[in-house]
Amino acid sequence: MTSTSNSLIRLTAAEMSAKLRAGEITSVELTQAHLDRIAAVDGTINAFLHVAEAEALETAAAVDRSRAAGGTEAESLHPLAGVPIAVKDLIVTKGQPTTAGSKMLEGWMSPYDATVVEKIRAARMPILGKTNLDEFAMGSSTEHSAFGPTRNPWDPTRIPGGSGGGSAAAVAAFEAPLALGTDTGGSIRQPGSVTGTVGTKPTYGGVSRYGAIAMASSLDQIGPVARTVEDAALLHELIAGHDNKDSTSLPEAEYPEGRLPAFVDAASAKNVAGLRIGVIKQLQGAGYQAGVLARFQEALERLRENGAEIVEVDCPSFDYALGAYYLIMPSEASSNLARYDGVRYGTRVLPEEGPLTIERVMGATRAAGFGDEVKRRIILGTYALSAGYYDAYYGSAQKIRTLIQRDFDAAFEQADVLVSPTSPTVAFPLASKLDDPVAMYLNDVATIPANLAGIPGISVPGGLSEGLPVGVQFLAPAKQDARVYHAAGALEQLLNDTYDAPLWAQVPALEEVTG
Amino acid sequence: MSEISRTDVEHLAKLAHITMTDAELEKMTNELGVIVDSVKRIQEAAGEDVPATSHPLPLTNVFREDTVGHVFTAEESLASAPDAEDSRFKVPAILTEAEDAVTSSVAQEGAHR
Repeated sequence: MTSTSNSLIRLTAAEMSAKLRAGEITSVELTQAHLDRIAAVDGTINAFLHVAEAEALETAAAVDRSRAAGGTEAESLHPLAGVPIAVKDLIVTKGQPTTAGSKMLEGWMSPYDATVVEKIRAARMPILGKTNLDEFAMGSSTEHSAFGPTRNPWDPTRIPGGSGGGSAAAVAAFEAPLALGTDTGGSIRQPGSVTGTVGTKPTYGGVSRYGAIAMASSLDQIGPVARTVEDAALLHELIAGHDNKDSTSLPEAEYPEGRLPAFVDAASAKNVAGLRIGVIKQLQGAGYQAGVLARFQEALERLRENGAEIVEVDCPSFDYALGAYYLIMPSEASSNLARYDGVRYGTRVLPEEGPLTIERVMGATRAAGFGDEVKRRIILGTYALSAGYYDAYYGSAQKIRTLIQRDFDAAFEQADVLVSPTSPTVAFPLASKLDDPVAMYLNDVATIPANLAGIPGISVPGGLSEGLPVGVQFLAPAKQDARVYHAAGALEQLLNDTYDAPLWAQVPALEEVTG
Repeated sequence: MSEISRTDVEHLAKLAHITMTDAELEKMTNELGVIVDSVKRIQEAAGEDVPATSHPLPLTNVFREDTVGHVFTAEESLASAPDAEDSRFKVPAILTEAEDAVTSSVAQEGAHR
């Protein structure tokens, strides 16, 4: 790889946008630089399940032609036009395969684009390809992908988080400047935390879920993945908004401003004077690594020095959040995944012996098409919803959900934003938690409450422990997504000043395969 | 000890239409027991007076005019189906348990999404 293309891929998306608009670079150069990087490092990282080289270059060339034409054609280009992007393979794309990381959908082609994909196509962003994930977004390490794990660019012997490990690793490894993710219990924020990148879970309904393959419909949310807070805000502004095709979509008029808030302005304010920041008592201490807590305390100190008011908030019901989540999520997933019946989508597997009745074909198809974690969650959800157990499990979990919302309501009386470590640990070695589902589930202990309450959250890099990234999470009330950008943008700036460079710039060089 | 038995898991697997081998049933019974034991303590906090929440934000019904919008053609809908015939999804036998189950097909109207 040439030094020019090496410097191109290390720009932020905002810088790429500025250079494209100034005519200093072309989208074809920029897109080719990322495709070259993917070719050089993705053999190690495995962030991509599909690379759409021809389509990406075609989009890039068309943007360059519009720019060269000048006049209204150039002026009407979206600021992100020509900036490439990667898409989590849970989000459907016309003309590119969508597998959800599952053998069940291997070879399946969606006949339509997700609304967020329509939006990035309308903005004319070249789509580099589809990124790896835990099967049907079920996992915290991307090891549950049917197509092999993604590796962490900071240390390829370690996990990149999950389920959106592919999107986070691609952005951390400079294979893409931006990516789309989905977050049901932390699948955008936890990978952001362990890869030193930024990821936002918007307010529930803030971004259309039409075309996101459903896992748990009352929790799922699409959001942006980036290296900087400003870049995440740029992408968030593009994909946000009401959509008639998603009945749970939030009308713009319901935001406090009466319209879509200016997330980029919030990210650029970089001022925390007077901001009341609530430290969640329950999301620290036992179970959190000492190095994670040390970076977290340093981040709080920087915020306090710069005028933020740090208070402690008590959210006692959070101790039950993980339990409630692991009943609600599998219950909804067991229902959503009933559609993979070997008739309408992708794979059909015939039983090796006996009559070919539909029930037996369905049983064989689902046995062969689903991996262990998906089967575990379907069976657990079927159990939680079954007669005789419904009140004890699903019913109790829904009550916990109410208590968690009440805890958040009380906490936001005392603070403008809440803060916690995003993940209790730094990236752990591959395979170290694969045989212990309960230990794996604990990775999401700090991210899950936001999904249960439908509120926005962001993970922003907070420094290194043992040479691996630590994430800081900010949470805000529903529809106040601008506040998480405000707080995260400010902390990012304070830490850049502390470390003399952005954290993402310190990722070790990956061995590049040439040839 | 968990309250989930192997017989329970066998029944759940049948309900969920996932064929499982004896070894898989054994493993799933153990894993499910551990998971359920770790989540069941939520019951102690879920008091009788606490209302249930099924959804994070208040939902209202969404209505629109009953007009024809975009509709997929049969070809588009069937393009990635495992089996199709005469513009229909082709499914294995539904009504017969006979050894030589005949194949039948069911028409599916419109798009599946």
